[in-house]
Amino acid sequence: MAYRANILINSDAPGAEAVYGAFLDELQELALRDEVQVLMTSGLGGQGVATQGVDAIVYPDSVRYVNLTPDDVARITEEHLLKGRPILALTQAAPEVAPLPPPAPKEVRVVLRNIGKINPFDIEDYIAEDGYAALAKVLTTMTPEQVLDVLKQSGLRGRGGAGFPTHLKWTFARNSPNKPKYLICNGDEGDPGAFMNRSVLEGDPHAVIEGMAIAAYVIGAEQGYFYVRAEYPIAIRTLRAALEQAREYGFIGKDIFGTGFDFDLEIRMGAGAFVCGEETALMRSIEGQRGMPTTRPPFPAASGLWGQPTNINNVETYANVPQILLKGGEWFASMGTEKSKGTKTFAIAGKVKHTGLIEVPLGVTIREIVYDIGGGILNDKKFKAVQTGGPMGGCIPEQYLDLPVDYQSLASVGSIMGSGGFVIMDEDTCMVDIARFFMDFVQDESCGKCTPCRVGTRRMLEILNDICAGRGQPGDIELLEEMGKSIMHGSLCGLGAGAPNPVLSTIKYFRHEYEAHIYEKKCPAKVCRALIEYKVDPELCIGCTRCARNCPVDAIAGAPKEKHVIDPTICIRCGICKQVCPVAAIDVY
Amino acid sequence: MPEGSALNEIIQKYEGDREALVEILRDVSQAAGYVTPEDMATIAQRLGLPQSQVHSVASFYSLISLKPMGKHVIRFCQDAPCHVAGGREIWETLEQTLGIPFGATTDDGQWTLLTTSCIGACSVGPVMMVDDEVYGNLTPDRVREIVAQVGGGA
Repeated sequence: MAYRANILINSDAPGAEAVYGAFLDELQELALRDEVQVLMTSGLGGQGVATQGVDAIVYPDSVRYVNLTPDDVARITEEHLLKGRPILALTQAAPEVAPLPPPAPKEVRVVLRNIGKINPFDIEDYIAEDGYAALAKVLTTMTPEQVLDVLKQSGLRGRGGAGFPTHLKWTFARNSPNKPKYLICNGDEGDPGAFMNRSVLEGDPHAVIEGMAIAAYVIGAEQGYFYVRAEYPIAIRTLRAALEQAREYGFIGKDIFGTGFDFDLEIRMGAGAFVCGEETALMRSIEGQRGMPTTRPPFPAASGLWGQPTNINNVETYANVPQILLKGGEWFASMGTEKSKGTKTFAIAGKVKHTGLIEVPLGVTIREIVYDIGGGILNDKKFKAVQTGGPMGGCIPEQYLDLPVDYQSLASVGSIMGSGGFVIMDEDTCMVDIARFFMDFVQDESCGKCTPCRVGTRRMLEILNDICAGRGQPGDIELLEEMGKSIMHGSLCGLGAGAPNPVLSTIKYFRHEYEAHIYEKKCPAKVCRALIEYKVDPELCIGCTRCARNCPVDAIAGAPKEKHVIDPTICIRCGICKQVCPVAAIDVY
Repeated sequence: MPEGSALNEIIQKYEGDREALVEILRDVSQAAGYVTPEDMATIAQRLGLPQSQVHSVASFYSLISLKPMGKHVIRFCQDAPCHVAGGREIWETLEQTLGIPFGATTDDGQWTLLTTSCIGACSVGPVMMVDDEVYGNLTPDRVREIVAQVGGGA
């Protein structure tokens, strides 16, 4: 007969037998042996997931439980197999939630303090790290005004990009007369190169929930929303489990801590639209509409979700709040610079030895991040630039390596803090190509509402494509600059206002590369294919024929033991010959 | 979506909530591979919305497809951090291995090749998603291996 469910237990794990036996006993007791089959099987691994303790998968639901002991079996059998409610707290953590490496000497972890250290599926773990103590303190001993005072003292600014003082934002929403008020957590982290929000939601979801509950108390909201992009399924699953547990423990819901304060949270998922990270677009998306930005004012604090007063902050901003309330505004303000207080997470990516997530006090220098924490450039090449702030940010060249990383300093060199993306480029990166890449991204993600952004980004991309393809013309650089300024001024939201930034900042600091592409038809970094040529050095070639045999288009001529020659009119610049040459006789010119 | 019942179930899951339009459309697209004009008509009727509004939302979001998809969908990250980490070779390997350009579906309906915006795994770039699985630190060889593995197990 067919079984209603199958449990596959990983027989490779030590202790699997005991779990297997426990399942059989439990199923026997509940008279489910005819409905549920238990199997021992090896090689459950797969799926790119590191095995953690005894693991088992329940089909047809495909729920994977990890770190099982015989004591967990009764719960799984009763809840999942009898009542059909998988126990999320026992399911696997994602492969990406690997513990963070120990902090580098210059790191200070506030937002990331629990990542990889606690089990995000177990609220008790968070409570053991002072979790929900700040909420208890706020609700039972503090007035909203006192909370605002602490926040003001801390100097916390929005971590989503613009850096607006958090206490002011909350004050505006609090002072707005209309009711009901709403609270939103912006988890639509779309900046290429930024993944701190994903890590926090996956690794320490309760810190964000607690921060939101405190914000709700201050502004007087009873309902909150998590807006999380659909590209983050694991974050959403973790958050669901966390909300369920927080509700069970009475940290959200009705009459929290017996104080009469009600607050509950819902998750809303995006559907793949970068512009929804913009607050007004995000609110339209929650309302079930196209995610297109609207004019401000009115600001969300006056008229936001469904026209009601709304406070919207980034994941990282909320995650900072409980720590600030516990340790005090002075503690937070003791870190950072005069105008940029506290710590900030950065996602280090690109050509650096150690990529990943870091958290540092604001004001550390770019050099410290790249060399002391990032370990320097990959293969000991030369640092060329760092792109901060995502696709609306700018590229910062080597001459500013000692620039402190804070809101003002980044702005002073034509870039932004953004959400904390930090893409590091070495001498092999073509700055025109990179600018073209970011422009491709923004023109794709432009929602189309404002004509300068919709049409302008497309035109700028076409010019950049031409430059990279060797069709650049005198005047192109000036035209790009002019169009960039028009787009910035003529667009409603931050996407359009920042879209030309990567192009303008690379023109500002790497104009010579643009000029080389246009006037000399050369790509100095040897990246743009139309502008490079592969050649065989006759001095070095040993005539092994390997390049000719591997060439996909038969562009290489030469008999064994003779010097080989590449025909540039046939060559497609794929670079395979260079890779396979045993004596490094082939290079790019 | 062929059976009306599956569509009904999704609409019911959100209790016919108009505000859940984005989520309903995304769920339908995920379950059936794409959203048909008939699906949109049904959703509009059940939620009491004009069809134009349903279509305007469906056509706005990249995770809601209005075209049929292959059995397996590859979403390759096209963003700068993956590009800097060697994304171009991976892009070309994918096109060569599957024999289709980005945006297309193979004739046998096995594969659809799409780009995606950042999936937040930048420290292990270049990255792609095959169906729901994320693969990082890609090399051309690894891509060919993954395609063979996923396609073979189909």
